[in-house]
Amino acid sequence: MRVAAQHDRSFVVRGSGTGLAGGATPLGDPLVIVTTQMNRVLGVDADQRVAWVEPGVLNLDLSREVAHLGLHFAPDPSSQQACTIGGNVGTNAGGPHCLSSGVTSTHVLAVECVLGDGSVAQLGGLEPDVPGYDLRGCFVGSEGTMGIATRIAVRLTPNPPVVRTLLLDFLSIEDAAATVSGIIAAGIVPAALEMMDAEITRAVEDFVGAGYPRDAAAVLLCELDGLADGVAHQVREVERVGKEHGARTVRVAADEAERALLWKGRKSAFGAIARIAPDYYLHDAVVPRTKLVDVLRQVYAIAAEQQLTMMNVFHAGDGNLHPLIVFDAREAGIWERVERAGDEILAACVAAGGVLSGEHGIGIEKRDAMPLIFSPDDLDAQARLRDAFDPSGRANPQKVLPRGSRCGELPRVPEGTWI
Amino acid sequence: MTAPLPGYSDLQEAVAAAPAVSAVGGRTHWEVGGPPPGGAEVVEVSAPAGVVTFDPDDLTVTVNAGTTCADLAAVLAEHGQECALDPRDPAATVGGVLATGLSGHRRLRWGPLRDRVLEVRFVTADGRLVKGGGPTVKNVSGFDLPRLLVGSLGTLGVIARTTLRCQPLPAASVWCTSALDPFAVRAAVLRPACIRFDGATTHVLLEGETADVAAELAAISGTECAKPAWPDAAHRGRISVPPAELRVLLDRLDAFRTTGVEWAAEMGVGTVHVAAGTADALITARDAAEAVGGWLLREHGAPGVDGFGIPLPNLALIRRIAEAFDPTGKCAPGRLPFAAESVHVV
Repeated sequence: MRVAAQHDRSFVVRGSGTGLAGGATPLGDPLVIVTTQMNRVLGVDADQRVAWVEPGVLNLDLSREVAHLGLHFAPDPSSQQACTIGGNVGTNAGGPHCLSSGVTSTHVLAVECVLGDGSVAQLGGLEPDVPGYDLRGCFVGSEGTMGIATRIAVRLTPNPPVVRTLLLDFLSIEDAAATVSGIIAAGIVPAALEMMDAEITRAVEDFVGAGYPRDAAAVLLCELDGLADGVAHQVREVERVGKEHGARTVRVAADEAERALLWKGRKSAFGAIARIAPDYYLHDAVVPRTKLVDVLRQVYAIAAEQQLTMMNVFHAGDGNLHPLIVFDAREAGIWERVERAGDEILAACVAAGGVLSGEHGIGIEKRDAMPLIFSPDDLDAQARLRDAFDPSGRANPQKVLPRGSRCGELPRVPEGTWI
Repeated sequence: MTAPLPGYSDLQEAVAAAPAVSAVGGRTHWEVGGPPPGGAEVVEVSAPAGVVTFDPDDLTVTVNAGTTCADLAAVLAEHGQECALDPRDPAATVGGVLATGLSGHRRLRWGPLRDRVLEVRFVTADGRLVKGGGPTVKNVSGFDLPRLLVGSLGTLGVIARTTLRCQPLPAASVWCTSALDPFAVRAAVLRPACIRFDGATTHVLLEGETADVAAELAAISGTECAKPAWPDAAHRGRISVPPAELRVLLDRLDAFRTTGVEWAAEMGVGTVHVAAGTADALITARDAAEAVGGWLLREHGAPGVDGFGIPLPNLALIRRIAEAFDPTGKCAPGRLPFAAESVHVV
């Protein structure tokens, strides 16, 4: 980083490269700093449930390493076998279980990082509060634009003694969505609450054979965890709410093997679609939970209009949609339709009071969509924060904020121009 | 979405016109940190009050920053929900709680205050109304201005309105005393809301499904009791220390009990609430905290005592951020020690 500073080179930090928004994709001619070799777990304090890790430690590897202590790292993105914790910090990654346990920021206590000028800073700490601003909170989710994490202190979560996974299937998406609301209204915030529509349910069932009903319009995967009696009560409640809203069957996984199989179906969704078409474009947007059905209807209408295959597998509990456009890139003109559909989906989510991304980040993909939800003044404030962290502007340039975000910023003169 | 938001123009104009501003809520956190801004040039401003939108199905509420926590709690409770802000004094406003950044006593279960905050709209020094974050329970669109503002003590602008994460009220909520070693309680309970130890008694707050609360009450040999009070005296502060250091720290604090220092620790969190009859005694507790790598935030009283005791970590970076939002330093001047030197007694 000091060398980069001396030579005035911009830099991009990269973990496993599983990010979907292009945050770690080099633009221009930056130095690419890859963290995958920084993969040591530096220390685990089981009493305090804290681990210090290097940024290249893989998400699932940390949970495996502390499993014998009855602990795990809660954020569980679908890529958790491959993605790094440094990358999770960069994108403020989520996952199905973030419904009850919170996204990555909730689980990061401190970050030691190298700032753009090569200086080292520790943001946050193991103490509950640090005087001054929450710099740790700013850094998490900043997609590499504020510096590079070199050591991360993460919170570890105790494994719940009892876990129950339920599969509910419905003849309409509306019934499934009403069940989601009903569960919340019953005072239950499940550990995870996932929805899959008819198309993806069939694709997954053909691929995994998890016993998902192939004729369902939608299925809900609901996980409840905690102590035995409380979980048993909540299982009964979810069954009741599901039945009230037209669930055909409510299947409670009888054992760990069946539970793992049900989850395998959910987590294999992206593999399953390879049987249908070679390419997919996975979207990520959040709408208020109450707008789920309305927005889903629009998503299907957009797909029909653009003559695209659209599947939906998503975190219903927190309104985090993941419309999946399945296509064959070799088909002439299809990219334009895929992109148009993507833009329209985003616009529909924003119109429903939603946001651009729930867990994947902005990166390059949605950078130029930021003005859909932020005013020039909002973007200016974000640009000021970024500039304060990295006055040189060399940390992952051209990401997250569209050019011209800083009020009064002059359009840059293209390289090589004589003035 | 990005059209100007009505209802805040008076606040915006007041902030823009003032040579210096201090945001006033319920004055319940008035002495937290640095001294409250005073002097003839400081104009006191207040955010509007009232709940803007609350849809129970979304588990979120949008509220004007001038709303008291008590009023917010009443609205949420009508629909069986709550937002775990938990200020000592429910007359505190939502904006005041956010600006001071003090987490409530259920942090062990629900996490710090900053995890409640989804979106913030604040008025900058030049009178612009700026939004950070978003209204949904999950959002990574752009940089995390809400977390930056939590605990900023008004130095980055005046918080006008916010969207907060809510949760269903627990079916059961029980305070009890436990005969267990206070350091052993956490391992015996799955998700305790609070473990409070004051040197003599261990109080535990259990929340959740009724059957679970009963089971955990038995697991820690608990006896139901009234909600315990937190230490109170003319001079108050809160220590923040890595929880692993609590054992050493609490032994040291116990030795000061004769000097009139009362304390209660949040076990597993690392917050120790301290109350003292004299400012000097509060400084003794601060010294003990600093000796084990912690620090003490002045919360109340102790006039003339430095609000933080230690210089702000990453001061240069913090200064750059403050200057980026408030170039002339007119927002809550003096509330955060931007000077390089920080001393115990001014």
